[in-house]
Amino acid sequence: MSRARLAFAVTAAALLTVACGGDDGDDAAAGAASTTAPADDAPSGTVTVLAAASLTESFETLSDQLRATYPDLEIVYSFGPSSGLVEQLLAGAPADVLATADTKTMDEAVAGGVVDGEPRIFARNTLALAVPAGNPGDVTGLADLANPDLRIAICEPQVPCGGAAQRLLDAAGVTAAPDTLTTDVKEAASLVALGEADAALIYLTDAAAEGDAVETIDVPESEQVVNDYPVAVLTDAPNPDGAWAVADAITGEPGRSILGEAGFLTP
Amino acid sequence: MSRRTADLRVPAALLIPAALGVAILVLPMVGLIARAPWGDLPSILTSDEVLTALRLSLVTATVATGVALVCGVPIAWLLARTALPGRSVLRGLVTVPLVLPPVVGGVALLMVFGRRGLVGGWLYDTFGVSLPFTTEAVVLAQVFVAMPFLIVAVEGALRTADRRYEDVAATLGATSWTTFRRVTLPAVMPGVLAGAVLCWARALGEFGATVTFAGSFPGTTRTLPLEAYVAINAGDSDVAIVLSLLMIAVSVTILIGLRERWIGAA
Amino acid sequence: MSLDADLTLRRGDLELRAGFAVAPGEVVALLGPNGAGKSTALQLLAGILPLDAGRVELDGVTLDDPAAGVHVRPRDRRVGMVVQDYLLFPKMSVLENVAFGLRSRGLPRDRARAEARDWLVRMGLDGYERRRPGELSGGQAQRVALARALIVEPRLLLLDEPLAALDAGTRPAVRAELRRHLGGYDGCTLVVTHDPLEAMVLGDRVVVLERGRVVQHGEPAEVARRPRTDYVARLVGLNLLTGTASGRTAQLPSGAVVALAHDATGPVHIAFPPVAVTLSPRRPDGSARNAWPLVIADLEAHGDLVRVTADGAVPVLADVTPLAVADLGLEPGGQVWASVKASEISVYPA
Repeated sequence: MSRARLAFAVTAAALLTVACGGDDGDDAAAGAASTTAPADDAPSGTVTVLAAASLTESFETLSDQLRATYPDLEIVYSFGPSSGLVEQLLAGAPADVLATADTKTMDEAVAGGVVDGEPRIFARNTLALAVPAGNPGDVTGLADLANPDLRIAICEPQVPCGGAAQRLLDAAGVTAAPDTLTTDVKEAASLVALGEADAALIYLTDAAAEGDAVETIDVPESEQVVNDYPVAVLTDAPNPDGAWAVADAITGEPGRSILGEAGFLTP
Repeated sequence: MSRRTADLRVPAALLIPAALGVAILVLPMVGLIARAPWGDLPSILTSDEVLTALRLSLVTATVATGVALVCGVPIAWLLARTALPGRSVLRGLVTVPLVLPPVVGGVALLMVFGRRGLVGGWLYDTFGVSLPFTTEAVVLAQVFVAMPFLIVAVEGALRTADRRYEDVAATLGATSWTTFRRVTLPAVMPGVLAGAVLCWARALGEFGATVTFAGSFPGTTRTLPLEAYVAINAGDSDVAIVLSLLMIAVSVTILIGLRERWIGAA
Repeated sequence: MSLDADLTLRRGDLELRAGFAVAPGEVVALLGPNGAGKSTALQLLAGILPLDAGRVELDGVTLDDPAAGVHVRPRDRRVGMVVQDYLLFPKMSVLENVAFGLRSRGLPRDRARAEARDWLVRMGLDGYERRRPGELSGGQAQRVALARALIVEPRLLLLDEPLAALDAGTRPAVRAELRRHLGGYDGCTLVVTHDPLEAMVLGDRVVVLERGRVVQHGEPAEVARRPRTDYVARLVGLNLLTGTASGRTAQLPSGAVVALAHDATGPVHIAFPPVAVTLSPRRPDGSARNAWPLVIADLEAHGDLVRVTADGAVPVLADVTPLAVADLGLEPGGQVWASVKASEISVYPA
């Protein structure tokens, strides 16, 4: 083999490795989990979880705690707006577990045939009217969201928090005058924390996650609008054992405690 | 331009990685075309949301290019023509946005021009003016990410332009401003135009800094790329695909046009 | 009222230290090989480069005096410049090029254009107003460049290799025309050139610059007849030797002795044309008292003669007929005697 050919062969091999690396890794991990580990043994390998942005802090705490229980299990998260995550899944993104912020988006995943079994509700969230510390816009209730002089951030209507916000506003009979529609609830929360928005409708849990930078205004109507958070294992999960272990941890312990501390209602 | 036709055999060691690379670059576009909802294309393209976003994109990108011309050409001139101390530092600073993730740029803009920012705080307290969530903020975000393209193109043109014309103009009694206006600028005009077109194209495609700094609201701040992002996150992939195709068509037209110009001039 | 320049500048390899003067209406040719510092001198006079030391004075006004912190900006100097490739502004019409200086000095557009039109007529370019510089011949471009420079009435006109961009066929006519236009200009003119013919035809005086120094200056005929450096001797086509004279002989550093026609004393230059050299296979008898045995280094066609380069105690160039080359069997490495009559030799103090 000439030097040029050898160099090419090496390059091509390297490229192939790069191109297929992710899949190889997952297959190897899945293979290891199913062949070398008996069913009642602790799950191992990598579990990829697609989760709604509002779950960020809780799920990261969860994986810290699971590390003690399952030392060989590595949980990789991809947080984002639920509808976007489902869109990615339907386009063939490889993942093991899906947790969304409402049942509507989960239903789309079920209809798309990517979900294994029945989704389980593991948490409930309510909306909060969040204002920056000190409430510079003197916001007192939902009616203030109609004030065009205030800077208002609301989620895009098609994403779960936006849908919930719309239901809440409808319930209160308020037509909001938002200045920006965020695709992600965390984005709206950040705008309030930075003081760039005078008010935003975000989940109670997201308001809590911002700490002292954000205050919440009591909204009586919020109890009428509750979001259910379902979780499901995916049909094409590369690591089904790990996936079930993680899903069980979310719906049971230590998930319940962690989510409860973060402000979620648990069923 | 080349008249060499002798040996066009391409070694496999070059051809195969090249083909792989082309696939990586071109396949996503082919994918969009393959998945495009051709039947719904006219109705999507003429829907209110798309037309509003398109109009906003065209207006903001054009205004941003105007601002970039007014500020960027003088910056390029300073970099190319003066012995300013710290000139290389200045060049580094004004071209950082070329490699900076736009979202980081948007956060930075928010820290400076936001209602509690360094400059924005003063603007708000003094004049009651607040930039975020306004169309002006979209323009500012676009200028931030796109002006470096113009500066780099114009500085290059200035460096290759023959400075002796400027010397001759000086001996004829021209002030440096007259020399710039009547001699230098006409000489580098092709570079300025190329830079302006690149800048416009970059501004048109700007997403990260815009969504972070200007937010996303139909008619005010939601430009085409933001509309596409909203569409994909709302599970409306058809709209996202159509918008992507629209932006690809604009970019390809511009880049091919520029290439013709460059080759024509070479 | 004149130009008085004393230029000192160190820049890279070049160490310029040159002084010269130009009288009003006078054309001085600055002649020198590439890298002698001619163009640098022009840039200094135009104010584009600052002097390290020295002084430039034009019409009694000090333009540069680094010691006193004086440096007049190019645009305030009243110094015009025409360079080899003319540098007409390519995007402007011929008329706008010529009117540029007046408009830059604040003249209204119409008046500047009217005056520019007059200049174009004077330069024989009537009807070319709307042309672009790219549409002009070399000679026309030069006239436009000249009109553009002269319209603002500079007190000093600098021409940098004004004929070098022209092809050999058009050069004589353009040269004659340039000479005519310069004749009608009452300011000081400095023409930089590396071409001795150009220097002789255009210059009222020639200043020879070598390695940043003025090595010779004088009227063209004087410089052509009595070169003082090898460079000038080669340009004007003379053999040049340097020696020490005593009576009717001069001794060269190599020890060789040259017989002279007249008495001379002290360090002298000895010059004679190559055609005055006779080559012969043996020591000549006759009246020539100067005869030296030499070795042929090179043969080269030179017009209808052959130029023979011969080395020895007295290195000479000799122009002989091709017939003589054949008769004598001349070839590089061959031995030959060279002789020159004393009456053909001119001697002048070094």
